[in-house]
Amino acid sequence: MAYERKFKIGKPILEVNNISLAFGGVKAITDTSFDVLEHEVRAIIGPNGAGKSSMLNCINGIYKPQKGTVSFRGQEIANITPNIMAQKGLSRTFQNLALFKRMSVLDNILVGRKLHTKTNFLEVALQLPKVKKEEKQNRDRSEEIISFLEIEDIKDTPVGKLPYGLQKKVELGRALATDSSIILLDEPMAGMNVEEKRDMCRFILKVNDELGTTMVLIEHDMGVVMDISDRVVVLDYGKVIGDGTPDEIMANQKVIDAYLGVEH
Amino acid sequence: MKPVFMTYTKKDLTNLAVCMVLSVLIIPTFIKTEYWYTSILIPWLCLALATIGQQIVMGYTGQLALGAAGFMAAGAFAMFNLILRVPDLGFVGSLIVSGLIAAAFGILFGLPSLKVRGIYLMVATLASQFFIIWMIDKFGWFKNYDSSGIITAQDIVILGKPFTTPLAMYFVCLAVTTVLTLLAMNMARGSTGRNWMAVRDMDIAAESMGVSLLRTKVQAFAISAFYCGVAGALFAFCYLKSLEPVAFDIKLSFKILFMCILGGLGTINGAFIGAAFILLFPVLLNAVGNNVFHGAIDATIISSIEQVIFGLLMIIFMIYEPLGMAKLWENLKQSIRLKLSSSGIKSVKSSAQKSE
Repeated sequence: MAYERKFKIGKPILEVNNISLAFGGVKAITDTSFDVLEHEVRAIIGPNGAGKSSMLNCINGIYKPQKGTVSFRGQEIANITPNIMAQKGLSRTFQNLALFKRMSVLDNILVGRKLHTKTNFLEVALQLPKVKKEEKQNRDRSEEIISFLEIEDIKDTPVGKLPYGLQKKVELGRALATDSSIILLDEPMAGMNVEEKRDMCRFILKVNDELGTTMVLIEHDMGVVMDISDRVVVLDYGKVIGDGTPDEIMANQKVIDAYLGVEH
Repeated sequence: MKPVFMTYTKKDLTNLAVCMVLSVLIIPTFIKTEYWYTSILIPWLCLALATIGQQIVMGYTGQLALGAAGFMAAGAFAMFNLILRVPDLGFVGSLIVSGLIAAAFGILFGLPSLKVRGIYLMVATLASQFFIIWMIDKFGWFKNYDSSGIITAQDIVILGKPFTTPLAMYFVCLAVTTVLTLLAMNMARGSTGRNWMAVRDMDIAAESMGVSLLRTKVQAFAISAFYCGVAGALFAFCYLKSLEPVAFDIKLSFKILFMCILGGLGTINGAFIGAAFILLFPVLLNAVGNNVFHGAIDATIISSIEQVIFGLLMIIFMIYEPLGMAKLWENLKQSIRLKLSSSGIKSVKSSAQKSE
């Protein structure tokens, strides 16, 4: 890719150091470390059950790893919770869709504006002028995201009624609405057809390119991963077996063995 | 539809205007019998207000809570004591402070929601119901050491003017309910309501968007208890005109829960529809019993039939229309609109054919 990036890849924004996570006796992640550089598109790949989603859940604070630390912008974060990470500027989507099913698309995306909403419930109840101003700003930003994702025609539909592919788009929209500096995408293209996947790739790259948002994504489609990511980390049985540019990964014997199997 | 005022569409504003004209002008002009005010309209407004409280915590925030009547008792007895001991506060001031006292109880009994959910939370919140009633019964101070067990509520005086006639009390209830309903609507449609619903629909995702579960849940419980507290104070002062802990027993909590579910979870207008249905249905059943069967059916049997029908309706609504009567009403309006527009098209067509 010879084009000039508006946001040059910079220092590490997120560092995962020696994370180990076990559920009872089952080891999901063992002593895993990798980093994510600012403004890059970073993919995490690996066979089923390799611990990819668990990894994201550790970064996001949903799971508490037994060992290891997560650093954000060089600062180690103690007691990670999803809320603290959101405040630091880390947003995410979920593997099995975690949308607010009974709320409309617009309302879902508006929830993403939570951290840009400073007014309290009393001010909202009384509809003070500053509430109206803030609400308008949040609505404008949400509408922008809706038109960016080309989902204007469904913005008032309750998300529960939408097909899967569209729900995935809404979830991306909700993550975008937070204006986070880093977004974790857990299988953003699972269950999509080729066309939808192409659309999703376009959105991810466009966000990365125009806003400089760092993207961390888990994906199974190798073609997609190799196409859009700057660097790839490969997990297998909870361990890192490869880390590098797509070309390096494709040449990595361990990775090939993990994916294609190896004769014993 | 484009919002005219914030999130309110033109249709919402007309609805508000229609409701106001109906309740302020038409009802007082045409309904002259006291029975309607003392036995139907006043309890309807009070219970609808309590149901809004239940809606906030259950319909919007998705926390299964049972104990609205406990908070109502807290509000009612707080009101009695405030008027008795701090007369300078005035009626409106006392009403607000008693709501706040109920809200404090709401925060206390809402804390278990952080750890338990579903049916377990329901059991945990029952504590509020029993604890508050027990507390009022146990410590004579709350009843001003009245030995009779039933205390007469003080007269309502606002700015030196007594509000003692049924019509005047109706207006007091109407004013309070209108203001609080509008505030609830603002919250429900604004960022506050979005946070509640986000916690209801998917708490992990809400937290990942920066919504604090602790704050949102406790806030919902507090606001809910505030509404119940104010409703309880009005219920005691305008409807019962007396204060006794027995009036706020678990049956009332269940009644409010039914109003909430039948009306439609997560709707404000559903609170009014549900309350009206639960209040009017026994009246209707009695009228049918008296006029159709001429008293051949015993009154106790009628009240049993009432329970059976409520139970059945609850099950039917839970299965077929979890969004309750508010949704049915919405569907009805939509089908009428469709029918009107399709007949409009037909008439245009037929006139077009005629002209040919």
